Amino acid sequence: MSRITRRIGLAAAAVFGLIAAQPVAAQTSRRDTLRVAVHANLQILDPVWTTGLITLRHGYLIYDTLYGMNSQFEPRPQMVDHHTLSDDRLLWTFTLRDGLAFHDGQPVRAADVVASLRRWMQRDPMGQRLSEFSSAIEAVDDKTFSIRLRERYGLVLETLAKGTGTFIMPERVASTPSNTQITDTTGSGPFIFQRDEWRPGSRVVYRRNPAYQPREEPADFLSGGKRALVERVEWLYIPDNNTALAALNAGEIDYYEAPPLDFIPLMERNPDIKLEMIDPLGSQLLLRANWLYPPFNDVRARQALALVARQEDYMRVVVGNPRLYQAWCGAFFQCGSSNDTDVGSEPYRQPNTARARELLRQAGYNGERIVVLQPSDRPQYNAATMVLIQGLRRAGVNVDVQSMDWSTLLSRRARRDPPDAGGYHLFITGQGGVDTANPTANTWFNSRCDRANPGWACDMELDGMVADWARETDPAARRPLLERLHRRAWETFPYLSIGQFTQPVAVRSNIHGVLPAGQPVYWNIEKR
Amino acid sequence: MGPYILRRVLATIPVMGVVAVIVFLMLRLSPGDPAAILAGDQATMADIAAIRERLGLDQPLLHQFVVWVGELLTGDLGKSIYLNRPVTGLILERVEPTLALSISTMIFAILFAVPMGVVAAWRAGSWVDQTIMGLSVLAFSVPVFLIGYGLVIGFALRLDLLPVQGFVSLWDNPVGFARHLVLPTMTLGLVYMALLARITRATMLDVLNEDFIRTARAKGLAEPRVLILHALKNASVPIVTTIGLGIALLIGGVVVTESVFAIPGIGRLTIEAVLQRDYPVIQGVILAVAGVYVLVNLAIDLTYSALDPRIRF
Repeated sequence: MSRITRRIGLAAAAVFGLIAAQPVAAQTSRRDTLRVAVHANLQILDPVWTTGLITLRHGYLIYDTLYGMNSQFEPRPQMVDHHTLSDDRLLWTFTLRDGLAFHDGQPVRAADVVASLRRWMQRDPMGQRLSEFSSAIEAVDDKTFSIRLRERYGLVLETLAKGTGTFIMPERVASTPSNTQITDTTGSGPFIFQRDEWRPGSRVVYRRNPAYQPREEPADFLSGGKRALVERVEWLYIPDNNTALAALNAGEIDYYEAPPLDFIPLMERNPDIKLEMIDPLGSQLLLRANWLYPPFNDVRARQALALVARQEDYMRVVVGNPRLYQAWCGAFFQCGSSNDTDVGSEPYRQPNTARARELLRQAGYNGERIVVLQPSDRPQYNAATMVLIQGLRRAGVNVDVQSMDWSTLLSRRARRDPPDAGGYHLFITGQGGVDTANPTANTWFNSRCDRANPGWACDMELDGMVADWARETDPAARRPLLERLHRRAWETFPYLSIGQFTQPVAVRSNIHGVLPAGQPVYWNIEKR
Repeated sequence: MGPYILRRVLATIPVMGVVAVIVFLMLRLSPGDPAAILAGDQATMADIAAIRERLGLDQPLLHQFVVWVGELLTGDLGKSIYLNRPVTGLILERVEPTLALSISTMIFAILFAVPMGVVAAWRAGSWVDQTIMGLSVLAFSVPVFLIGYGLVIGFALRLDLLPVQGFVSLWDNPVGFARHLVLPTMTLGLVYMALLARITRATMLDVLNEDFIRTARAKGLAEPRVLILHALKNASVPIVTTIGLGIALLIGGVVVTESVFAIPGIGRLTIEAVLQRDYPVIQGVILAVAGVYVLVNLAIDLTYSALDPRIRF
């Protein structure tokens, strides 16, 4: 028996030795391949159909946009060569630049642009608003298209440069109804989606588009030359954060898109890893009240919410590292953006529990159960909800914490039932990117009652102020309009911003050229 | 034997029917709305309602059930709500990693656990027995993910011998396939091995006290022959039963192990589907797993007669 055991042992050792002897380098990524641990599993390929971030990032890889925001948050031409504006400022005419072609080799025509814009405008809030202001969008010839406005509108270029992608698709694809997902992923962007290598739940592969002609200007935020410097981008979905960190440490991945913030000190100690700040604006956490039911159908109760805890209390728990958050940001439209203002926030810069208690009393609150939805599987929202609960209890609120997973919360918050019949009073969510910085694109700021996001903020006066701001074409004249609507928002609270923070990405030290673009983009990146 | 197998196979039909009804009702009655998840965080109420209508989720429960069963009877498990692809295809894509991990885990566990259990029983009460049983308790008690992280730190990060995560198909690269399976197999196998070693020891202890073992030893048979041919063979029915029952344990373990090692198998598919309330995928996977479980139990039952001639069907 001992002889047999010895033989088996030797054989096992030999097999293990053979397996382990294969160089680990063979598993690590090649110089021409960028391997990225992405934050979510890409399942939906249509960036118009869904608002999912992962699909948006997929969109930026394979599609191009008419305009792109630069780092000063100014719209810059991307697929467009130049535009003209009629004297009455109602007719915008755009000419496409030379050399634009789809992945199938067909040239990009104005008809493709018009079809893509029409489809996008049916889904996107900012696109819908432009649609309301315009009377016709037409192809003039193969390289020229026009937008005719009913009345002056100050955000035409901002809308076309919108961060959540006015992606241009071939006309045959863009003709798909906007409530139906596209299946054809032909774009004209710097990378080509490799459908045959797509393994949902595991891997997505993109190859460099050899026919793509980047603009001459250097890449700047989401504008300028999109130069693909690697042949291949591989997205790996590694759901376990510890495993993703280990894979980055071992060199199996080059780029970790959304490392948990409590990993930052660990990564900072590793000389093989760099942290890159790609999002100058960062993300905004927000508290949404249900406007349909007492006490938060009364403005005084919503005002009380702003006094139960300070932003720093939330950020210290959610983020931890003071370098990554702002202790105070009074702007609904992101501190540091072109629409940064804290006008109206003055009464709410410090918490005041006694005042909160008084406001709640004035709103008719008398110890009734307040239902707070707590997403236990979203660490940041979960932590912020705990701070909120503590603040509410300090203010004498009878809090009913209902813990659930995020999927359940998404469906629960969509229910318009009373809180004691399956509805709710409060939940916390977040938003990020350039869109948050624009009053017409910030979806949680939309206060159009039944047409607003869950919580159903209803302030048509505020909505009118947003329309006035959007209508104004003179940037200097727009500023007072912005401050007017901002002051109004701090009075009626479509939502309460509970802090602004930034999420770095982590890359191996041999990765260069990561662009601060407000979100991960994969052009301009070199692997040395 | 033939009529028995036929009877057992036919008996799976009502079992699968009950599973189908329970799964359908549990999913529909549990909170969560795939339309809201699918629409995304920024979607309007109209978007969500439109998706719900398109997916048929606004229809009465009975109508949805009839539609699903109708498709099922034609062998169609439906389409994933998110991927818009047939569930059967999604399951088939994920079978290889899960099957590979399950088989390698079984082999690993049986190869080590049965000899360990036999030796522990043979040297019952000695330091060898106590060491083996101590390690078994430890392996059974430590959570699977913790074992996984420990192995990753040791073998992948410190020793730089094996990859941290991922899966390579056997058909693409056999060596890569083996390399990617080592750590997940050890992770999942340790728990299973501990269970099997303890059962083997307990069963062997009973058998080793039987008269026929004393007779075998009195005849002067070599100890290995007594242990393997006489004792182990007679102890094998409970061991095989445990191996069969262990497949349920394995299914649970696969879910965790696949997540820790980013293996795109059935376990990961299940988790993702549950978190997103992708009803057709959850229903399809559970039905498939239940079917496999029923068939494995049948196979285990059939091996009894091979191991013990006294058992006849």
